[in-house]
Amino acid sequence: MDEILEVLEKDARTTAEDIAKILRKKTQNISAAIKKYEKDGVILKYKTIINKELVRDTDTGVRALIEVNITPQKDVGFDRIAERIYSFPEVASCYLISGTYDLLLIVEGKDLHTVSRFVSEKLSPMENVKGTVTHFLLKKYKEDGVILKHKEENKRIAISY
Amino acid sequence: MLIAKKVEKMQPSGIRAFFDLVLGMKDVISLGVGEPDFVTPWQIREAGIYSLEEGFTSYTSNKGLYKLRLGIVRYLKNRYGLVYCPDEEVLITVGVSEGMDLALRALINPGDKILIPSPGYVSYGPITELSGGEPVYIDTKEDGFKLRPEKLKRFIDKKVKAIILNYPNNPTGVSYNKEELSRIKRILFGHNILCISDEIYGDLTYDYEHTPFPTLGNAKAHTLYLNGFSKSYAMTGWRVGYVCGPKEIIAAMTKIHQYTIMCVPITSQMAACEALQTGRVAVEEMKREYKRRREFIVDKLNALGLDCHKPQGAFYVFPSIKKTGLNSLEFAQKLLKEEKVAVVPGTAFGNQFDGYLRMSYATSFDNLKEALTRIGNFLKTIRRKK
Repeated sequence: MDEILEVLEKDARTTAEDIAKILRKKTQNISAAIKKYEKDGVILKYKTIINKELVRDTDTGVRALIEVNITPQKDVGFDRIAERIYSFPEVASCYLISGTYDLLLIVEGKDLHTVSRFVSEKLSPMENVKGTVTHFLLKKYKEDGVILKHKEENKRIAISY
Repeated sequence: MLIAKKVEKMQPSGIRAFFDLVLGMKDVISLGVGEPDFVTPWQIREAGIYSLEEGFTSYTSNKGLYKLRLGIVRYLKNRYGLVYCPDEEVLITVGVSEGMDLALRALINPGDKILIPSPGYVSYGPITELSGGEPVYIDTKEDGFKLRPEKLKRFIDKKVKAIILNYPNNPTGVSYNKEELSRIKRILFGHNILCISDEIYGDLTYDYEHTPFPTLGNAKAHTLYLNGFSKSYAMTGWRVGYVCGPKEIIAAMTKIHQYTIMCVPITSQMAACEALQTGRVAVEEMKREYKRRREFIVDKLNALGLDCHKPQGAFYVFPSIKKTGLNSLEFAQKLLKEEKVAVVPGTAFGNQFDGYLRMSYATSFDNLKEALTRIGNFLKTIRRKK
């Protein structure tokens, strides 16, 4: 992977000037490369990872992993039915999986009831959906490579040779 | 007198008071740390834990676990084409520090001279003296902190037994490419001088492939190769190093080691085995990260008017602060008090390095940025006062 992407994946706030400095390239070239990545859809979005358990005044909502069995369609396989499913805003992630079921969804809702209603009223009745299994998430330990914990204290001594 | 004369004579670090000052302060950004800011990669820690669960709590052979020695030998063979015998030519030590101590004690007869390019790591001189030798420092500051072969020649006489090379170097980060090393080698071996090569930062070389000294022509028979897991695998607290070299010297060092240390803790040795098997990916990733920080800090320091060589390795820079008119200790103390940034005064590496600072970039990019902003502010204040 291009080092520009590696740097941005770690910290999306790194400025083009700083990236230019650490990779020893011209700032304008870095800016251009980033623009191109954005245009080509390599860089899709810049977002912040928030540990919502620590945000008091926010409704953290619930998340569920949903296994979905579907009947593939002629010519388009799983893609068309997947598209119908992932277009729902409740669906945060959607993956086609090998194994005993076909699609894995991560669905978000403000409470248990909302998620159940999504499953029973929208997902299950779909023509090609043969069955679903819903797992509600109880606790997040790690997400996208980030461990959701308070910042660890520094364990090194401040001066050493 | 209670304390032995040799020890009484040993110079305590002249900047102890400064260190104590740092330790007592809060919210300091420290660029004074001589170890990685990464924790040991998880699978290596896990291997240590697992070894405890399995009940590996005993001594190992004095030389260290055979499995570990074999792992090291294979690694050196695959990486550098360097061939050592795991039975007779490898000794596992408590870090390079112990390896260096053993080497000097095993080699030095009273009055022997040991050449030490300086600035260099703080222990070389004192341990040489403790072993009855005479350290001869070769000041490299006029030569961009590199040992120049012509200069080296001038320091050679019949009493010189060995040289301690350390590349990439702590505190300057300077390293040598193969041609530069070959030139040094020819001079040393022409005079039958042994090379004690401390290559603990070898894996952290950024601009070219690191060349271990024993890989140079016929150098293996005249070289003690010291390395360890501390810096490249972020394993400083585990204390595992190793020495490879001619079997007579390894045997002599092993004698001292068996009476003083016995063996390196088994948990650490087991973890080190895991590091060799699966740790390379993490090493490469850390190295890339250090390299980026190096570009950043060197650029910034020069832009701030502190002349700074671009080091080829390790995670240190050694900028000059002579333009500020302050001496090293003053600069470090004021910077700490006024801006809460800790650095190591150059005088920690010898009085002749007043006018320099050692800064470590083994700290997060955010910290590094903030520290440099603060240093910028500090420099502005000094200029205003002038």
